[in-house]
Amino acid sequence: MIHHYLINAVRRMGINALGVCAGFGRASWFLVQSLTWGKGFKAPFSRLVFQVYQLGVLSLPIILVSGLFVGMVLALQGYHILVGYGSQEAVGQMVALSILREFGPVVSALLFAGRAGSALTAEIGLMKTTEQLSAMEIMGVDPLKRIMAPRLWGGIICLPLLNLMFCVLGIYGGALVAVDMLGIYEGSYWANMQGAVEFYDDIVKGTIKSLVFALVVTWIAIFHGWNAHPTSQGISTATTATVVQASLAILALDFVLTAVMLGGF
Amino acid sequence: MDNYVELKNLTFRRDGRLIFDDISLQIPKGKITSILGPSGTGKTTLLGLITGQLSPQSGDVLVDGLSVPNLSREALFELRKKLSLLFQSGALFTDMSVFENVAFALREHTNLPEHMIRDLVLLRLENVGLRGAGQLMPSQLSGGMARRVALARSIILDPELIMYDEPFTGQDPVSKGVLVTLIRSLNAELSLTSVLVSHDVEEALSISDQVYVLSHGQVIASGTPQQLRDSDDTELKQFLFGLPDGPVSFHFPAKPLVEEVLV
Repeated sequence: MIHHYLINAVRRMGINALGVCAGFGRASWFLVQSLTWGKGFKAPFSRLVFQVYQLGVLSLPIILVSGLFVGMVLALQGYHILVGYGSQEAVGQMVALSILREFGPVVSALLFAGRAGSALTAEIGLMKTTEQLSAMEIMGVDPLKRIMAPRLWGGIICLPLLNLMFCVLGIYGGALVAVDMLGIYEGSYWANMQGAVEFYDDIVKGTIKSLVFALVVTWIAIFHGWNAHPTSQGISTATTATVVQASLAILALDFVLTAVMLGGF
Repeated sequence: MDNYVELKNLTFRRDGRLIFDDISLQIPKGKITSILGPSGTGKTTLLGLITGQLSPQSGDVLVDGLSVPNLSREALFELRKKLSLLFQSGALFTDMSVFENVAFALREHTNLPEHMIRDLVLLRLENVGLRGAGQLMPSQLSGGMARRVALARSIILDPELIMYDEPFTGQDPVSKGVLVTLIRSLNAELSLTSVLVSHDVEEALSISDQVYVLSHGQVIASGTPQQLRDSDDTELKQFLFGLPDGPVSFHFPAKPLVEEVLV
């Protein structure tokens, strides 16, 4: 009896492992196909611009408001910690480094996954459910090039730009609290920041993180839409999976990228 | 070559369920061929196999002499430019107007100037009686109108083969009559080969040159509409004349009612 259960457990593990490998294989093939525009497809630039508007411009309100509040909270928390050491003048550099290195790329990517990622999955899932993708295939138009590629590239372009805007608003939010509310000298807020922030180590590396998150989040979002069961529950499940998996991927990749960039391993 | 589509000893399983068991059939060029059968017999699946969206486990699907399961992705998309499928749902692009839906394939596959695209689209919309509806969005159309727009879209590139998936389902008698007339007239005027998948027996038989009836993964009857009407086959009669019980059981397989209810 126990022998029978063990065999079954191993069998189930094998089936699940094969399923995961097959899923990764399909997702990788999907990514490679979607990254290339393909020859003969019309007006790729106008489609890309439209997606930049849909994914980027329409995400601006949530990104800008969040950036502002994250910066304000960081300044408030940082001030109350630093004041104990008499180092409250360093709040500017603390806010800037925290936002440029971590909060900017990670929080903007999490917000992007929730706002744009879920919308992408739902849109593509609904197109699948209403047979619009099949109709396109039958007309000899490859949906991977026509639908997926502009969205994937739109996401890759938008998120790093949204991250930079998040960082700018965060730093200004920090100044609003530190300088205008808590009375830190404006010169030291900006001068300490200028002295501490390195263009390559902080801004470029933060942007690289954001670029990686953009690829992964958009890939997960469009793949789940493409792979959704063509039912209302299927779309709901796919949308949830996008937000959960993209968020976990962002946090896990953030650790890996930070470790690599700091050279800690 | 007299046949535009040939299915040769085709076997197809999905999720462990046998859909087609070694079936063969031929769709002759320039004719209207109907594939009939009860719901769930895989009629729509058959269209998926012809268009290469599904691959059989064994056997072959020849379309215009090409083996569809063995085509590369690029070659398959090239072949599909000659095919067209009218989906049961219409499958119109919901973010485009009626005009843009019909113009879609022209814009994707040709470099025609805008005025020529406009003229071609208007001509096709005129064919289906909807020239005045060009600026409407799909959400503003009735079911019958949506089906006609989808029909105009599916013939815009002058396909060689057009497949209709349950074109009469959910249509009122007037819309059904319009669709029957359109299918017949388009087939003649554009020299198309047409495949009609349906369980609306009367409408399908009235316009078909040849009919196949599928059931339990097999072709149970084929011939002209008159040959089918004259057949003595009990399963075929049950389907053609809509008898509630017969070889195709009314009840889904289950334990005897007494065992299930009184225990």
